[in-house]
Amino acid sequence: MNVQRGIEVVVGLFVLAGIAALMVMALQWSNFGASRVNGYEITARFDNIGGLTTQSPVKLAGLTIGRVESIELDPDTFQAEVHMIIDGKYDSLPTDSFANIYTAGLLGSQYVEISPGGALESLEDGDRITMTQSAIILENIVSKFLFDKAKE
Amino acid sequence: MSRLLEALARLGRLMIGGVRHAGAMALFALDLAWVLIPTWSRPRDVAQQVYAAGVLSLVIILVAGGFVGLVLGLQGYNILSTFNASESLGVMVALSLVRELGPVVAALLFAGRAGSAITAEIALMKTTEQLAALEMMAVDPMRRVIGPRFWGALISVPLLAALFSLVGVLGGYLIGVVVLGVDAASYWGQIGEQMAAWEDVGGGALKSVAFGAVIALIAVYEGYTAEPTASGMARATTQTVVLSSLGVLGLDFVMTAFMFGA
Repeated sequence: MNVQRGIEVVVGLFVLAGIAALMVMALQWSNFGASRVNGYEITARFDNIGGLTTQSPVKLAGLTIGRVESIELDPDTFQAEVHMIIDGKYDSLPTDSFANIYTAGLLGSQYVEISPGGALESLEDGDRITMTQSAIILENIVSKFLFDKAKE
Repeated sequence: MSRLLEALARLGRLMIGGVRHAGAMALFALDLAWVLIPTWSRPRDVAQQVYAAGVLSLVIILVAGGFVGLVLGLQGYNILSTFNASESLGVMVALSLVRELGPVVAALLFAGRAGSAITAEIALMKTTEQLAALEMMAVDPMRRVIGPRFWGALISVPLLAALFSLVGVLGGYLIGVVVLGVDAASYWGQIGEQMAAWEDVGGGALKSVAFGAVIALIAVYEGYTAEPTASGMARATTQTVVLSSLGVLGLDFVMTAFMFGA
């Protein structure tokens, strides 16, 4: 009887583990290994963020210095407001820094690249980067190129 | 001339044998369908079979899943890094495991590890006339022996496939993120972003349920109809592995064509 009981317990565990595995896979494991960056938050507004998503990296000179925390639409200007958490180690970003949205490689995911400016004051928690450049949409460039070509 | 006729007759015999085999299996499946629900009047028998078929297959499934994930991580990284897209490693590993490799490889391993064991067990019961003895005591062997084994395999395969995929993704994480330095948040983030709960995970689960049914039916049928001799048992066990492997792969193509094709 004891052996039977043991088997039943193990089978119960097995079934639970299998169902748990399915649930983990089905219910968005996006926040699974999401690294919580400790640091300060800055925002930037873009006309078009392309394929930028939460957890996209924020880079400076190619190094990851932070993460995109959230993205929302500003209902007045119809711009996308991107909230980024920058690692506390990098606390000397000039206030006139420039934020671009770039694509890693031809097919890669998109990220925010910060180009430091020359101001003496640094960005603080809650500050906004005013100078931004939107994601480059490949179709726009191609159509522009074709349009210019046709005019010649 | 007579040689030609003989060759033709042999082909015809082969074909008729195949059709007869398929028909007998379909009739057997109908018989089995009648006892599927009554089998649950003894849930302990089913639990016992889930243990024998599922829990005892865990080691091979988990180890194989881990290694498949490791290899996918390595190969995927190699290919994706040439396009500078190694951030997509996670979604590549996860989608190939959840959609295809998890259900198929887990089913193939299960057919070899547990399907053959089910066939051998039932065939030995038949050879030693234990099934006939049960019938003499007015115990229906379909309900008491075949039903629980069918359920045991049917329940185990989807659970094993899910665990296989999960361990595989962790293996890909180990190689991609820990060893090769892919960004951890991108690895998980892209999976969460691009994997659909219903189409991908649900589709994979549906596949593995179908594979479980195929393997379970073939395993119990081959055991139940095995020739009651030593060589008959050997043939039945081999048949189970061969037929269920081919069945899983063929069915996989059909289901993939319906779910992801066009």
